[in-house]
Amino acid sequence: MRVNFTVNGRRQEADDVWEGESLLYVLRERLGLPGSKNACEQGECGSCTVRLDGVPVCACLVAAGQAEGREVVTVEGLADYARQRAEHGGCATGSCGTFLQDTRGRAAQGQDSQTGEGTELAPIQQAFIDAGAVQCGFCTPGLLVAADEMLEHNPNPTDADIREALSGNLCRCTGYEKIMDAVRLAAARQGEAV
Amino acid sequence: MDFLRPASWEEALAAKAEHPTAVPIAGGTDVMVEINFDHRRPGHLLDLTRVGDLYEWEAAEDSVRVGASVPYTRIMENLRAELPGLALASHTVASPQIRNRGGVGGNLGTASPAGDAHPALLAAGAEVEAESVRGSRRIPIDEFYTGVKRNALAPDELIRAVHVKKADGPQQYSKVGTRNAMVIAVCAFGLALHPRTRTVRTGIGSAAPTPIRAKAAEEFLNAALEEGGFWDNGKIITPSVAQRFAQLCSGACNPIDDVRGTASYRRHAVGVMARRTLTWTWESYRGARRLTEGAA
Amino acid sequence: MPTNGAPTKITQGSRTKGGIGESTLRPDGTLKVTGEFAYSSDMWHEDMLWGQILRSTVAHAEIVSIDTSEALATAGVYAVMTYDDLPTEVKNYGLEIQDTPVLAHGKVRHHGEPVAIVAADHPETARRAAAKIKVDYRELPVITDEASATAPDAILVHEGRDDHHSGHVPHPNIVHRQPIVRGDASRAAGRADVIVRGEYTFGMQDQAFLGPESGLAVPDEDGGVHLYVATQWLHSDLRQIAPVLGLPESKVRMTLSGVGGAFGGREDLSMQIHACLLALRTGKPVKIVYNRFESFFGHVHRHPAKLYYEHGATRDGRLTHVRCRIVLDGGAYASASPAVVGNASSLSIGPYVVEDVDIEAVALYTNNPPCGAMRGFGAVQACFAYEAQMDKLAAELDMDPVALRQLNAMEQGTIMPTGQPVDSPAPVAELLRRVKAMALPPERQWESSEGADVRQLPGGLSNTTHGEGVVRGIGYAVGIKNVGFSEGFDDYSTAKVRMEVVGGEPVATVHTAMAEVGQGGVTVHAQIARSELGVTQVTIHPADTQVGSAGSTSASRQTYVTGGAVKNSCELVREKVLEIGRRKYGSYHPAWATAELLLEGGKVVTDGGEVLTDLADLLEGESVEVEAEWRHRPTEPFDLRTGQGNGHVQYSFAAHRAVVEVDTELGLVKVIELACAQDVGKALNPLSVIGQIQGGTTQGLGVAVMEEIVVDPKTAKVRNPSFTDYLIPTILDTPTIPVDVLELADDHAPYGLRGIGEAPTLSSTPAVLAAIRNATGLALDRTPVRPEHLTGTA
Repeated sequence: MRVNFTVNGRRQEADDVWEGESLLYVLRERLGLPGSKNACEQGECGSCTVRLDGVPVCACLVAAGQAEGREVVTVEGLADYARQRAEHGGCATGSCGTFLQDTRGRAAQGQDSQTGEGTELAPIQQAFIDAGAVQCGFCTPGLLVAADEMLEHNPNPTDADIREALSGNLCRCTGYEKIMDAVRLAAARQGEAV
Repeated sequence: MDFLRPASWEEALAAKAEHPTAVPIAGGTDVMVEINFDHRRPGHLLDLTRVGDLYEWEAAEDSVRVGASVPYTRIMENLRAELPGLALASHTVASPQIRNRGGVGGNLGTASPAGDAHPALLAAGAEVEAESVRGSRRIPIDEFYTGVKRNALAPDELIRAVHVKKADGPQQYSKVGTRNAMVIAVCAFGLALHPRTRTVRTGIGSAAPTPIRAKAAEEFLNAALEEGGFWDNGKIITPSVAQRFAQLCSGACNPIDDVRGTASYRRHAVGVMARRTLTWTWESYRGARRLTEGAA
Repeated sequence: MPTNGAPTKITQGSRTKGGIGESTLRPDGTLKVTGEFAYSSDMWHEDMLWGQILRSTVAHAEIVSIDTSEALATAGVYAVMTYDDLPTEVKNYGLEIQDTPVLAHGKVRHHGEPVAIVAADHPETARRAAAKIKVDYRELPVITDEASATAPDAILVHEGRDDHHSGHVPHPNIVHRQPIVRGDASRAAGRADVIVRGEYTFGMQDQAFLGPESGLAVPDEDGGVHLYVATQWLHSDLRQIAPVLGLPESKVRMTLSGVGGAFGGREDLSMQIHACLLALRTGKPVKIVYNRFESFFGHVHRHPAKLYYEHGATRDGRLTHVRCRIVLDGGAYASASPAVVGNASSLSIGPYVVEDVDIEAVALYTNNPPCGAMRGFGAVQACFAYEAQMDKLAAELDMDPVALRQLNAMEQGTIMPTGQPVDSPAPVAELLRRVKAMALPPERQWESSEGADVRQLPGGLSNTTHGEGVVRGIGYAVGIKNVGFSEGFDDYSTAKVRMEVVGGEPVATVHTAMAEVGQGGVTVHAQIARSELGVTQVTIHPADTQVGSAGSTSASRQTYVTGGAVKNSCELVREKVLEIGRRKYGSYHPAWATAELLLEGGKVVTDGGEVLTDLADLLEGESVEVEAEWRHRPTEPFDLRTGQGNGHVQYSFAAHRAVVEVDTELGLVKVIELACAQDVGKALNPLSVIGQIQGGTTQGLGVAVMEEIVVDPKTAKVRNPSFTDYLIPTILDTPTIPVDVLELADDHAPYGLRGIGEAPTLSSTPAVLAAIRNATGLALDRTPVRPEHLTGTA
């Protein structure tokens, strides 16, 4: 079957999609967006967390056909999404049509092909690097999408709030302490910026 | 495999009538796992996410009609006052991502004894609104679960909503898992006090082939509360009554040993949860009573 | 160039920005947070096929027949291969013993063993085709434990063994046996005022790395193949892959793709050979990605173990002797079992002084899932048991458990049971003191202004207690782990370092085959190059087999050994650079000949701080490149009868204090805090060091309270191969982990550093168990401890 939807502000079309395919498979294998990760494919790890019409979901549990006509934001689009949000006064729902529209046709930023230096990052992405929250990095994309969404509607989370919001994202490397640090850092920086 | 995308409820019913083996999919949190792991290859997937009506809830006089696909997150956030037991149960479902997608309709459709919503629905009292091209009917929750992962739906029926009785007293919900979040129930327990009818109702999950009520325990407690005048005098329930209630709840279980826990543990844990939730709800009832009396 | 064993001084470049000792950020961080970092499962190639493995549905059976005809006839299927299609006489592989069939031949020995492979144009096509392969099994009785393995009439898991351990084992179903005898334990037992005994069980833990086994094999025009894969040791893979393919190693090119965690689970091959076979057969690129279900069958696990211990002590708490027997279940294939036996036996008494010991460790062949490397192997299982024993002994002596440990703690100069002296700092008592001195978390920490916060209580969001039944407990543990490959293994690494001017700036390029699995080796290599070569720009070349072996990313060894190799190659490069300087400028300044020269801040400076020249000028038109091997001090094998020998190169120590709250009625545990003190020798990157310690600690927590692969003892089949039923800690299960880092240099190691990755995984588990015992008063002789064990309902 054919599936049309919007990913990171761009219209995308996938052809010959098998009906049992997940949104995750379509993103990774058909649209060249492997940032969302395939760690468990059973909704138990959160590595594939994307925003579907603004709502964080496991892309592995969304049937490809269910994405028809929807708007998806993946880790690849997180920096743009955060920038648009900042420019539009922190639209909190993610379903504000305008700022998603704005990103259409935006070319990727110039960057160093090996290290990614020069890439524009969302505050939560920068905080993950700065706090040492990235080791193998396989859980990172999903955590970033989930943490960014939490800070969007809860800018001053308690530690317990952070833990609850990220309880659907497994990490095997870090013991989560540096992830806590990263989210606290991003929240603090967000607070300073206001 | 065919992917059916009805744009309306009527289309969905027509599709289900035409393809009775079609598997309805909404949040996908059960169905997609089975597909990803090659446990299931249905001929048709019936996508219900385009049927907007299923995502709505509406309060009636005595009950709330919760659309089959209303995500658990919405129930937690919006129905805590009217449906406290179901809201608590919703909060124990898997993870935030799953709660954003999954709804009670899926729990009912799958009818796994481990479904988190069942004990809360049993305790509160509920009816499942099932519909087919042949017509609509309401199935009392007590008659809905017919076997391990089997329910009372006819092959051509879909779940449209569940009508849950509005709380007329305190409700609680507890679930044991071997992890502090994102865990399938080893066993679960729901309790609702119904001061208006001076009854209590229970619900037990993952401790029998189907979700069940502990009817003997309910009857014992109803009688004990009545006899002791507890509903009126608001006294602390005597430990022996609570203990007997807990024992009877344990006794209602018919669990198995499996990889998540032993039968013996399940019986034990249901008893502990029964005693604790009874304490919490009764304390809450006494507190509310005192407030009412104080105001009067 | 420093010789092996000589103390290594930091003479160079420590002031260069971004050098060792700083918490520089990961060079791959940006790619990892933007989703652009290419993991092995992200590989994609025009026209590629998908590989699928058909695995055995039974644990032990003869294969009567395999019929692939229907699968082959499926539209979209390009190849179906079984044992009969293997191209050469080499049909087995293995890390140490080549006992593992690439595809099952005549027999399957464990649940989930690969039987056939399929390549097709879509993963679903491949799955459907694999499901059409008909395998007729004739089931055999299963061997699942020591009794069934060594029974007189036991079926041999492997007939006709001729590996190098087969000669000294008491039974062919024992992979390897290592006794260690020192002093006279029987006589010493006579001096004991108190003797405690225990039988302990350690469950089967899974590495549960998040990035599933995966990779892409692309056929090359010369008949070879290029494999992009996630592994822990490229050259070890290569050595095992090439013979099966019938290709020289030069025709099997391997490039490390992004690795989503490893923890030992990628030491053995998984999909490597299968992908190459299918690529060579079809002439097309073939991608294989395991799903989580398959991943549980696709790699080895941590050995489950039975441990039998006897400790004796005098009334004043001095250990008199230890007798122990450790039985490790290696499962159907050897994997790393021999090394696990070596570690378990040599580290079996922990970081304590005991002169009279009688130790035996064995690994079994059974029909359970194969077990091999996982973080801290051998030492982890032993630590759980000997620390339980120390607590039992403390209780028996009515002593403080920390004081008892400190009284018996080893220190520099202590002789190990193997007769090897500990020749670098061993601050065991100090680590315990530090971890005990940390402030305790407040009591009733779950109380908030709005009542009990269930997120802070046992049961968490499941709302099982509002404080009822909750009892706090505190427990301590300390452990010892060897660093690097032991027992005479030639443990070396190779680094190629190049220095040149790019865009007017001096730049160093570091090329090794080290597998970056998340640990941060790439960060540290750049730091070493900056420190040694005085440059700020360092490029890390992708890891591949175009450079010599780096050895494995395991055994806490990469910063030591490949870090050492990078340092060594940098020193050689520096000498060459200075040679060029002397040639070019020697006649202009006497310091070129007389002073000790350093490379710092892009310049050549004297040790007095005088600048002689810019490196950019010096290297104008020149480039310097060195590829060199570097090895740590040699070790020797343990004597097969007495276990004596200088088998290890370095030890690593960590101590933990666990604070738990247990819902004693429901048997649910919430770990409130897990404090760690560890000696790291020298923290090359403090941020990474703490990350390793916290991560290792959490894996130890997991196996204390939830993680276990459950194998049905009747069928030897795995009952919980999914993340639904194999649970690892979430962020709500993981406490704060304060870390106290001690830096006592090991003069034998580069920069004085100590391998750090594994030690925190050891003591975390017994500390949590000790805390639960403290809260509940129960004996608890197994891990993980489950609610039924705490409530008498097992």
